[in-house]
Amino acid sequence: MTLWVEDLYAGYGRTTVLNGLELEVGEREIVVVVGPSGCGKSTLLRVLAGLLPAKGGRLLVGGVPVTGTSPDRALVFQDDGLLPWRSVVRNVELPLKIRGVPRQPRRERAESWIDRVGLAGYERHLPRELSGGMRQRVQLARTLAGTPRIVLADEPFGALDAQTRVAMQRLLVDVWRAHPTTVVFVTHDVDEALYLGDRVAVLGRDGTLAAVVQSPEPRETGAANGKARAEILAAMAEPAGERAA
Amino acid sequence: MTTTAPETVPPREKPTSVPPPKDRGRRGRRAAIRATSVIAALGLWQLLTTIDADLWLKFDRLPSPVEVAEDFVYQLGTPVYYHDLADSLVRIVVGFLLAAVVGVAVGTAVARSRSTSDVVQPLLEIARPIPAIAMVPIAILLFPTNEEGIIFITFIAAFFPVAVSTRHAVRALPVVWEDAVRTMGGSRAKVLWNVVLPGARPGVFSGLSVGMGVAWICVISAEMISGEYGVGYRTWQAYTVVDYPGVLVGMITIGVLGWLTSAGVEVIGRRATRWLPREKGSVA
Repeated sequence: MTLWVEDLYAGYGRTTVLNGLELEVGEREIVVVVGPSGCGKSTLLRVLAGLLPAKGGRLLVGGVPVTGTSPDRALVFQDDGLLPWRSVVRNVELPLKIRGVPRQPRRERAESWIDRVGLAGYERHLPRELSGGMRQRVQLARTLAGTPRIVLADEPFGALDAQTRVAMQRLLVDVWRAHPTTVVFVTHDVDEALYLGDRVAVLGRDGTLAAVVQSPEPRETGAANGKARAEILAAMAEPAGERAA
Repeated sequence: MTTTAPETVPPREKPTSVPPPKDRGRRGRRAAIRATSVIAALGLWQLLTTIDADLWLKFDRLPSPVEVAEDFVYQLGTPVYYHDLADSLVRIVVGFLLAAVVGVAVGTAVARSRSTSDVVQPLLEIARPIPAIAMVPIAILLFPTNEEGIIFITFIAAFFPVAVSTRHAVRALPVVWEDAVRTMGGSRAKVLWNVVLPGARPGVFSGLSVGMGVAWICVISAEMISGEYGVGYRTWQAYTVVDYPGVLVGMITIGVLGWLTSAGVEVIGRRATRWLPREKGSVA
């Protein structure tokens, strides 16, 4: 499913965080959004998810304007997105339950996703009994169990230690290769952006698109990332308003 | 109070059947001190009442513990004791359950809907400072029978703590849980059922605990003022007919009932919130 963002304005109350943002994401493409903190990365995802109405501009998903949330567009949170009173399997089942999938197939599909993210044997555990990395695996399983056509991820690995983060990136790539979907992934880690993304969109401090950089070798070792990395960092460092219109 | 540990709690060490000698000695000594403390207090009470001590506090009419115990044993053999017990229990259970259901519903509605909040909140704020027991005259005027009036008082007493705690708990829920369910395509009703009600349970149960305590105060007071049958009524009745051991028996009965019902709420609450992190070694 494609995403089309045109002249998007969004914010909370009277403040506007996104000021005329333009972005296009193709079918089964991974676009990573980076930018300084407070530039509106999370706001953008909330608008794309349909949780926050846009103040202006156009937002089309698969050619259709967004009017609210939809199971087609799943959101992965940085932390604590799991319901703490539901066991691992019951968390993963939740999107299926909401859609009205009967108990038996729902349980089977949830268990197969738990297995795929490497958590077989932990079905009955509560989220608080798991480590941060394991909880994010559960979130990934829960998100994908709902078979969304677009996955929106808000710094999902931001709270993890470096080793776990790398393992999770690998897992995400493996799962994406097996089930390709359109992904919009927010991070402030430039290396993560270049590894995961086909393209990296840099948001400026003024809430517009500062640059779009093609990743030289998406989902590969990243030996050739030097130039792209420098470009992204330069775009992120640019103070607002000094960019040529 | 101990109950069997639920299976989700990581296995704790069994309460040591054979504790190390040093530990066993210390524990035994502490138990002995505790028992001695209670026995000494009872002994002092017995002494003061048998010598009819008059030390500004007057012990001449207070019954002795032995008299109280004798009267308790006698009352346990009378049907009227159980009749009173059943009446009080029915009142507290009906009033409290109504308060639990209505309190959770109102608290949730006020927290979740601005228009409901605008309509209901001012009414709650006006009624809340009035202690439930001060509404006894109104209850007598409004309700056709005393029974309904007493249940109403009990209901009002427990309603406010439940509604207020529920409102706070619902407002304090992390937005991310609701966002998660909404981005799965969940409707408002699904969010209510899958996020709000389970997520607010810890707060709801703290309101229920407080509510149970207040409900007992009010049911006993209301029975004393306007009851026919009931432990509170019987206790006050005993006082007016100069049956002082009967007063003490009533007090003890009320204490035991209050403790049992509070413990019941506590146990159900812990079962309903097993997912909360708890201190190590706490009984679940």
